[in-house]
Amino acid sequence: MTKTVTDVVCPFCGTLCDDLEVVVSDDGKQLTEVYNACVIGTEKFLHSQAKDRVTRPRLRQEDGSWKEISYDEAAEYTAQMLAKAKKPLMYGWSSTNCEAQSMGHEIAEMVGACVDNTAAVCHGTTLIAVQDIGIPSCTLGEIKNRADRILFWGCNPAHAHPRHMSRYSIYPRGFFTGKGQKSRKMIVVDPRVTDTAKLADVHLQVEQGRDYELLNAFRVALNNEWLPDVVAGIPAEKIREAADLCKSGRFGIIFFGMGVTQTLSKNHNIDEAIALTKHLNEFTKFSIMPMRGHYNVTGSGEVLAWQFGFPYSVDLTRGFARYNPGDTSTIDLLARGEADAMFTLGSDPGAHFPISCVKQIAQLPSVCIDPHQTPTSGVSKLHVPVAFCGVEVGGNAYRMDNVPIDMRKVVDPPAGMLTDEEFLTKVRDRVKQLKGLA
Amino acid sequence: METVTITMKNPPALYLEADNVSPDKFAGKTGSQIAELHVYEGNTTSTLGKYFEVSGNAGATAADTKIVVKGDVKKVKYLGMKMSDGELVVEGSTDLYAGAWMTGGKLTVTGNVEAFAATGMKGGELTIEGNAGNYLGAAYRGDWRGMSGGRILVKGNAGSDVGMYMLGGEIVINGNVDVHVMTHAEGGKVTIKGNAKSKLGGQLVDGTIIVFGTIDVMMPGFKPVGTVELEVDGAKAKFAHYIGDTGERKKKRKGQIIYGNLYKKI
Amino acid sequence: MAEYIIKNGHVFDPVQGIKGDKADVAIKDGKIVKDNEVSSKAKAIDAKGKTVMAGAIEIHAHIAGPKVNVGRIYRPEDKLFTYTPKKGNIRMAGGFSIPTTFKTGYEYAKMGYTTAMEAAMPPLFSRHVHEEIRDTPIIDEGAFPVFGNNWFVMEYLKNNEIENTAAYCAWLLRATKGYAIKLVNPGGTEAWAWGLNCLSVNDPVPYFDITPAEIIKGLIEANEYLGLPHSIHIHPNNLGNPGNFTTTLDTLKLAGGYKAKNKFGRDQVMHLTHTQFHSYGGENWGNFESKSKEIMDYVNKSKNITIDTGNVTLDETTTMTADGPFEHHLTELNHLKWANVDVELETAAGVVPYIYSPDIKVCAIQWAIGLELALMAKDPMRCFITTDHPNAGPFTRYPRVIKWLMSAKAREAQIKAFKNSDKVIAATHIAGMDREISLYELAQMTRAGPAKSLGLSGMCGGLKPGMDADVVVYDFSPDKPVANPDQIEAAFSRAAHVFKSGVEVVTNGEVVNNGNKRTIWVNAKVKENPQVMRDIQEKFLKYYSVSQANYESLGHHFVPNPYAIEVDATQ
Ligand code: SF4
Ligand SMILES: [Zn+2]
Repeated sequence: MTKTVTDVVCPFCGTLCDDLEVVVSDDGKQLTEVYNACVIGTEKFLHSQAKDRVTRPRLRQEDGSWKEISYDEAAEYTAQMLAKAKKPLMYGWSSTNCEAQSMGHEIAEMVGACVDNTAAVCHGTTLIAVQDIGIPSCTLGEIKNRADRILFWGCNPAHAHPRHMSRYSIYPRGFFTGKGQKSRKMIVVDPRVTDTAKLADVHLQVEQGRDYELLNAFRVALNNEWLPDVVAGIPAEKIREAADLCKSGRFGIIFFGMGVTQTLSKNHNIDEAIALTKHLNEFTKFSIMPMRGHYNVTGSGEVLAWQFGFPYSVDLTRGFARYNPGDTSTIDLLARGEADAMFTLGSDPGAHFPISCVKQIAQLPSVCIDPHQTPTSGVSKLHVPVAFCGVEVGGNAYRMDNVPIDMRKVVDPPAGMLTDEEFLTKVRDRVKQLKGLA
Repeated sequence: METVTITMKNPPALYLEADNVSPDKFAGKTGSQIAELHVYEGNTTSTLGKYFEVSGNAGATAADTKIVVKGDVKKVKYLGMKMSDGELVVEGSTDLYAGAWMTGGKLTVTGNVEAFAATGMKGGELTIEGNAGNYLGAAYRGDWRGMSGGRILVKGNAGSDVGMYMLGGEIVINGNVDVHVMTHAEGGKVTIKGNAKSKLGGQLVDGTIIVFGTIDVMMPGFKPVGTVELEVDGAKAKFAHYIGDTGERKKKRKGQIIYGNLYKKI
Repeated sequence: MAEYIIKNGHVFDPVQGIKGDKADVAIKDGKIVKDNEVSSKAKAIDAKGKTVMAGAIEIHAHIAGPKVNVGRIYRPEDKLFTYTPKKGNIRMAGGFSIPTTFKTGYEYAKMGYTTAMEAAMPPLFSRHVHEEIRDTPIIDEGAFPVFGNNWFVMEYLKNNEIENTAAYCAWLLRATKGYAIKLVNPGGTEAWAWGLNCLSVNDPVPYFDITPAEIIKGLIEANEYLGLPHSIHIHPNNLGNPGNFTTTLDTLKLAGGYKAKNKFGRDQVMHLTHTQFHSYGGENWGNFESKSKEIMDYVNKSKNITIDTGNVTLDETTTMTADGPFEHHLTELNHLKWANVDVELETAAGVVPYIYSPDIKVCAIQWAIGLELALMAKDPMRCFITTDHPNAGPFTRYPRVIKWLMSAKAREAQIKAFKNSDKVIAATHIAGMDREISLYELAQMTRAGPAKSLGLSGMCGGLKPGMDADVVVYDFSPDKPVANPDQIEAAFSRAAHVFKSGVEVVTNGEVVNNGNKRTIWVNAKVKENPQVMRDIQEKFLKYYSVSQANYESLGHHFVPNPYAIEVDATQ
């Protein structure tokens, strides 16, 4: 016998689909089938069932081998490392629930750590831009119900957010968009001919690193001012046509991704894209939204913001919160040699950071909390495996449009395994003792 | 004017935050009192005297106080933060936030500075004899009130984002600059004696950029309007004149639309 | 639990009619008890020469949820140099106009506030609102979900289906763990989804074929049908525009003829919020003027209306409201950073920083209007002090507002300090007003009054035995003349003692305990209504972007310490 769990939330990308159905064995221990998810999401669920999974913490020995230790010993090690460090870095937080984030922040506050999430290497630049000029946005349901002009700028949802177009942005028939895809015009701006670009009504093949100039040219066009013949590889006439197409809609949206957040100009690209959106609101209704990657990087930013006032790269070392990417941001802290201990949870910097930063991690006292064995766990001194968040434990997560969705537990973790929150609670309690606050 | 000399003896293992090193914080203190001022290394609080040898006493006020910083302070942040008067000379290079939020006085760094020097500067003089990092004379994150007064001179090169959200004052760079100059500015002037790359004056509402060298790529929002003769530092030269950012919102003064100005030497 | 007896203070309690008499207040098991009901072990607090009141109640502030957090995220500069280093088990706290959740709880408590209402909860984001409420220590909190632009409400009310509207409201209050029916720019925010607005109560809402007036009347009827503890709580159309007082009067008139129906002792059927923003005359910013008198004349004679003021505090702050079109209008005026969120089927929100400069005539007139409203109020039980935090200023400025209300001398000094003093005097009534709010009236405007309006008068806002032991001792002597009005501000900024549900949370102006905060919500039961349940199901299937099963705020993480107020509307 099996049972089906409905309305399951997919803990993979920021699309945070919440309509999955998962079939589990009667005893709740085996997950057998996944419906409605895309290939990536399905894989994520099935992967949790891998037979070769590490189920207990492991401490690196002098000879490089791993030794299995108990969760209590792992908590002791982690608490000691954090309590002793002068500037511990607690990084990740994007693939876990808000409950664990909150517990982690309590620890960070007590030990005087820097806390950062994966925005540091994806949409942190977006946040900087938002701080500079704001952001007119909306929830994804608004797009489904109203949007007739869709721009994808520097992003490729066909690959990175596979169900985005079918659930929210291109295909669905909403309240005022009864004709689905036929109600919408789609513009893609990307130097590459991506699978998303192939679906577009208009594809602007912008020259690499010249998004800022192109966005500026859109605004010059809106003001009916002089333009050079070609901007960023695109003829002025084409730019004016695209700007008119935006203006002629009733409700437009710009989605953007790492193609603009992490290329030359970074935050300025987003700044100008937001300025363009604001500008378009003088003619019609327009919104803009980042295509967030990790399923709960948005939640990490939210929790950090209401607890400390800043969405990422928060430095708590002096007993109060400070923020300034370039100083308090993970890559800079590692590259400049500012941190003296590394704690990672819910992310894999070993796979995504520049090699010099990964080398730095390998030299520091380090703990990696992750259900998987990852490049990061590979360079860390202690690896603490935990239950899969969103599969073996529920908890709150925030979708790319900041909508909070409570994830569901669908199966039990292997016997005796702790969740992120449970392990962090042990660490918190121990740190409290070490700091004389218990 | 009294002079206090602090010399680095025990460099920090990580980085040192020395926001108390300014004429304002030293004023009225003896050398031994100065040695008791707090400095911070990560989450530990310690005293200036643990890292630096202090000699001399401060004057009664910031205006009467000169500080000379010697030794290796490449890993010291916040030197001269919020200083309002007096003088601070850093003999060598220093780290982030040199002269951040300064409102007056004279700060001289004989070497290089890293990012965020003169963040939110309101007045005074900052001279950097070497190179400056990114965000020189820029606003703090989220603030629309960047540098509003004072003068910065960089004898070497500067990084990206010089004068972001600038409102007033002047920055002169004898060498080259990286991308983004005076983004979002609404006043002030940046003079670049060397070469610039691209993205100058993006989202500029008002203010002036003068470039003596080359510009790799112009912003489309800068419209050529002819040539003018300008006098800079006593020397006259011909410049191509552009106005912009034409994509940005406009201010009006006496019924006239105001544009930012960009002059490139020809 | 520890027992306390607060001895010899000057007690001000409108609930019992005590006007500054010397009396003792006893606390046992989290409740106020008679003096003789505490044991000899009760800890004595000497309140001689001090003022004793119930904990104050915030009826309208934006302190938790998505738009507040947008403010925090996008204003790092609001935190710059505002933090004080952490001590012991008290959490780090920072920020000025949009403080962190910890600072929010601590600052309210230090001023003697023990209950607060989050004024606008977007239903789809209720889980976010509740996560922040959970992280706001000490104070009890409730949140008002917004209904004024909700598709269900507009569709039902288009056909005047009050019972269905009520059933839907009850369902949504339960799903979101909400407290009251809030309206923000009814109809106008839905229009904003197309970049439009409704500026009068008769402007039709695009597509929905209904007017703001019909939405307002319909929700009054649904509210009284349910018999909720609070009335509808309305931010009317046309906020912030010169000449808008006529729209405000049109809105108030819609309450005419309705009578409150509830078991909570509430008398009003409409609460008009941040009235200052809705009491403007003139046709433009040049001839902008106060219409506080016209508004208060109407309010004073209408027993079924309560209001709060929305006092401008002359600070740099962050405006935030579900009035999306207003925030867009504002950013076009001041060119500062603009955030906007349109929420599917429900509402929208905008955020823009704003500087109320004493050097700008309009800001000074706004300052005067807010104070005039309170000074013209004939019944302090129906006019409450707010700053519409953070819209007209941060709530941390309440002590300053209290100073201006209690001291004509303080007002005079401020008027003199305005750059355009003469023009301000000409456009307002403030200069001629000599009324000074008494401590008893202050207790009405900040304790007993809001408690009654919220339907909480059995629980808080007074010091009657049996009520929650929310008690404040201020280091302020009602006997001695006030030499310098700044003494008033100092005393009300940092209470000498604050008890929340019997726990001492503040001593000598410092937080000493993180308390045991509760989330207050309203559980209204209605007759089974299959049609409304079907409609809800259909809207989730077709138009929402989340599934119905994932919509509700449930469980320990979101509402760890709930306090549900039961309402039975099945009869
Ligand atoms: S689109 Fe993203 S959230 Fe949805 S199923 Fe695929 S991986 Fe999961
Ligand atoms: Zn409000």
